[in-house]
Amino acid sequence: MISLAHYIVLGAVLFCIAVAGMFINRKNVIVLLMSIELMLLAVNMNFVAFSRFLGDVAGQVFVFFILTVAAAEAAIGLAILVLLFRTRSTINIADIDSMKG
Amino acid sequence: MNPQLLQLICFYAFGFVTVAAALSVITLKNSVHAVLALVLTFFSAACLWLLLEAEFLALALIVVYVGAVMVLFLFVVMMLDIDQEKLREGFVKFLPVGLIVAAVMLVEMLGLIGVRAMQTKIMGADPALAAGMTNNTEWLGHALYTKFLLPFEIAALILTVGIVAAVALTLRERRDARHESASQQVKVNPRDRVRIVKMAPVRPDESTASQEPQP
Repeated sequence: MISLAHYIVLGAVLFCIAVAGMFINRKNVIVLLMSIELMLLAVNMNFVAFSRFLGDVAGQVFVFFILTVAAAEAAIGLAILVLLFRTRSTINIADIDSMKG
Repeated sequence: MNPQLLQLICFYAFGFVTVAAALSVITLKNSVHAVLALVLTFFSAACLWLLLEAEFLALALIVVYVGAVMVLFLFVVMMLDIDQEKLREGFVKFLPVGLIVAAVMLVEMLGLIGVRAMQTKIMGADPALAAGMTNNTEWLGHALYTKFLLPFEIAALILTVGIVAAVALTLRERRDARHESASQQVKVNPRDRVRIVKMAPVRPDESTASQEPQP
């Protein structure tokens, strides 16, 4: 019998995997973007599970909006990535230090 | 077979595939393989949502993410000529830190959720049916077009802004290409192009007339 906790635990595991991915792949912008997508997936998983178990439609509506914003974010992020590669011919974060951040 | 047991088996199977694919996303050397692993992650997550009877969102996840966003990722990854080895340096160096942070976070979250929660909140009847709708899509659509109409339209606006921003960022004007500028063509005044000069008629004198070839 599936309980709410099953899905929350799965969401937590996915989120932690995404955080670990951000730490260990900190040079590669593409993997960083993919880790962000994984985080959003983990959050969506929680929303859908809560919506289902509490019988509230607002959770699923929110997931719908998250999907929309994530698609726009991925498009703009990849556009910036392409632009970056065109001007600097690298996507290594260690080389992108012109703003001295 | 007990249908609830079957559901549980399906949950563990899809959950295992999801977690394994997510782990391979962050560890695979080749970026193309990582994107393909992410596709698998999204696909099995959509299967998990189907188990929750969230059919519309599960299919939207497949159509929007696997069909559009991941293909965009694949395009970009394959277009860019990336030195994979250079990007991998520091992987081993940051591995312990990442693992420790992730493990501590996971333990904290699991502590919050609590092991006792495993026994509570068994999945009940479909809330869409309880709300008097026929299926999940109708339930969601009813909410979207009544209570959440304004956010829905703002979402459309966000997508439009996303398209415009992506095109504006990557549009490159080529300096060496000869193209016409329509706005300048429309703006032009005929008086600036042709100037009609009034002058008295002049008869060519004899010396220049004799040099002209005879027809």
